[in-house]
Amino acid sequence: MAQTFPERASSASAQTPRVVRGKALAPSKGKRPWTFYALATLFTAYLIALYGPMFCIYVLSFQDVRGDLVFPVRGFPSLYWFGQLFSQAHTGDIKGAFDRSIKLAIVVTILTVVISFLAGLAFRRRFRGDTTIFMMMIGSLVAPGLVLGIGVGLLFNALGLETHWYSSALGAQLSWTLPFGVLVMFAALSLFDHAWEEASRDLGASRWQTVRLVMIPVLAPGLVAVALFGFTLSYDEFARTLQTAGPLNTLPLEIWSMTLNITSPSLYALGTVTTVVSFIIIVASLYAIASMQKRRARREASH
Amino acid sequence: MTKAQGHIELAGVVKSYDGLTKAVDGINLEIPDGSYCCFLGPSGCGKTTILRMIAGHEDPTEGEILIGGENVVGLPPVERRTAMMFQSYALFPHLSVRDNIAFSLRVRGVPKAERLKTADAMIEKVRLEELRDRMPNQLSGGQQQRVALARAAITQPRVLLLDEPLSALDEQLRVQMRTELRRMQQELGITFIHVTHTQQEAIALADMVIVMEKGQIRQAGPPRDVYSFPRDRYVAEFLGGQNVISGRVEGQSDGIVALRPPEQKAIRVPCAPEGAPERGTQADVAIRRDDIALLKPSETIDSSLVTLPGRVRALEYQGSFVKVMLDPIGDDDFIVYVPERKFFETPFQIGDLALAAWDVGYGRLLA
Repeated sequence: MAQTFPERASSASAQTPRVVRGKALAPSKGKRPWTFYALATLFTAYLIALYGPMFCIYVLSFQDVRGDLVFPVRGFPSLYWFGQLFSQAHTGDIKGAFDRSIKLAIVVTILTVVISFLAGLAFRRRFRGDTTIFMMMIGSLVAPGLVLGIGVGLLFNALGLETHWYSSALGAQLSWTLPFGVLVMFAALSLFDHAWEEASRDLGASRWQTVRLVMIPVLAPGLVAVALFGFTLSYDEFARTLQTAGPLNTLPLEIWSMTLNITSPSLYALGTVTTVVSFIIIVASLYAIASMQKRRARREASH
Repeated sequence: MTKAQGHIELAGVVKSYDGLTKAVDGINLEIPDGSYCCFLGPSGCGKTTILRMIAGHEDPTEGEILIGGENVVGLPPVERRTAMMFQSYALFPHLSVRDNIAFSLRVRGVPKAERLKTADAMIEKVRLEELRDRMPNQLSGGQQQRVALARAAITQPRVLLLDEPLSALDEQLRVQMRTELRRMQQELGITFIHVTHTQQEAIALADMVIVMEKGQIRQAGPPRDVYSFPRDRYVAEFLGGQNVISGRVEGQSDGIVALRPPEQKAIRVPCAPEGAPERGTQADVAIRRDDIALLKPSETIDSSLVTLPGRVRALEYQGSFVKVMLDPIGDDDFIVYVPERKFFETPFQIGDLALAAWDVGYGRLLA
């Protein structure tokens, strides 16, 4: 009996292999349907369109002194143009601009996280004017950045204030990062059970203890996401900063002005460097989250 | 007069969220110290609101709430010495079982070594030793409930409030956890107030059942009183197990009222002489489904029995008894629970004529 069953099964499949293979929707070992190749081609084209341009820039930045702005690549690989970049002879104030951009991004990140968190908490209940505030927030998200930046610049001018990267540009960037942050917070808070807060209160926690011991730890992944958004949106913000940065440039503005004056691969070297910085920041924050979770797990295990 | 710690008194408690409708409408109630009390009612009847007001998560619009003889309105939960177990348990997802249980000690500033020792003692009490380092999402429903219970009990409350504690569990576990809740209550010796919409849960657990409808108490008392002697149609139907028949009062003599259901001859129902309804008015009578015998029409009938003829419409085998559904009386279903052995001695088929008979004394006139 035990032997007859597999035999029957195999004879049944031997009788109808073609029909099964031709009509099967599930993956099979045989020939793939033509749609697979069509979609694979489309996906490859998408990858090339997405990463191709950046890849060209990275490759072209590693040329030597004979290098030019266009292909073919000459004297690959070399760090010559990276050296040029930091010699400051031909380029602008890269180091200063980088410095300012990082500082600005950090301030923007902190403000975005704090304000988005508080706004998220406020929006859990209805209050007078909540729809208006929400609409205004979305408005500043969809408003053309360049126009908004010019507006901020004009306003500062009318008020007799000087525009600076740490004042007017900060405000202009917040108009961009805050709506993002608040929307991410909405998503994070939609998964937050109100009963956790009540349970905390029931167990004797003060409001501040509830925020510190329950809300912030539970919402930590959302808060890190808000921080990442804040940092990256600020770090490469251009349109809103253009008219509001004042006398000293942020990094994206510096790069842009370089494209107007410099015609050497050091421009590409700069592109490579800034990309690397972005990657480092993202990897560092992901690593921070992972180690945070690991430490928590270890702490609990060691109890 | 000083009251025992876990004695609760609600005096004229009203709660209105919008100022127009009352979620809780004038509750007066005393719950003795150390009792297991169940609020029973459909969703939206105000039972959870009452629980939350006792817990201190809502304030009454009017009235007083006294715990251990002192008015606690306006006090936070800690000062009331109440603890609540939430419907979905509300365990903190970022803390281990042990840290969840130790949370109330942590916010009170108890040193780490001491609070972990206390938490471990509680963990032992609820038999969670192997799970102490697990996170809540790694626990089953029953385990989560035990953690929630331990987390609430460690605050040494005088009243434990449970909001639909068994609704998140499957049927089998529900019965098991029911026993565990009762055991915990006896072990802790404190007042438990339990909100549920399941009558079986309420009568199985409670010393005192409070049946609610639309913000008001319909009946409060020991489970046997509420189940066997319902005061009105609502309580009888909500607790189940009763046939409620409506009829017209045709007269009364010697503490017996004659009540005529639509298209039937009059049935006799006992009643207190002072509480007799007037002739010509409508009245409801309740008869327990398991108090009714099913006779063949040919059988001779004792004069002390009340009978109603009917045709068998449906049968359901229930194991220990058979549920026989007869023709409805007016708008009311008429169901008889016949003990299994008895049913199969003289079985009925669907469509058979039968005579439902019960002792006059089993009928109960409802308010």
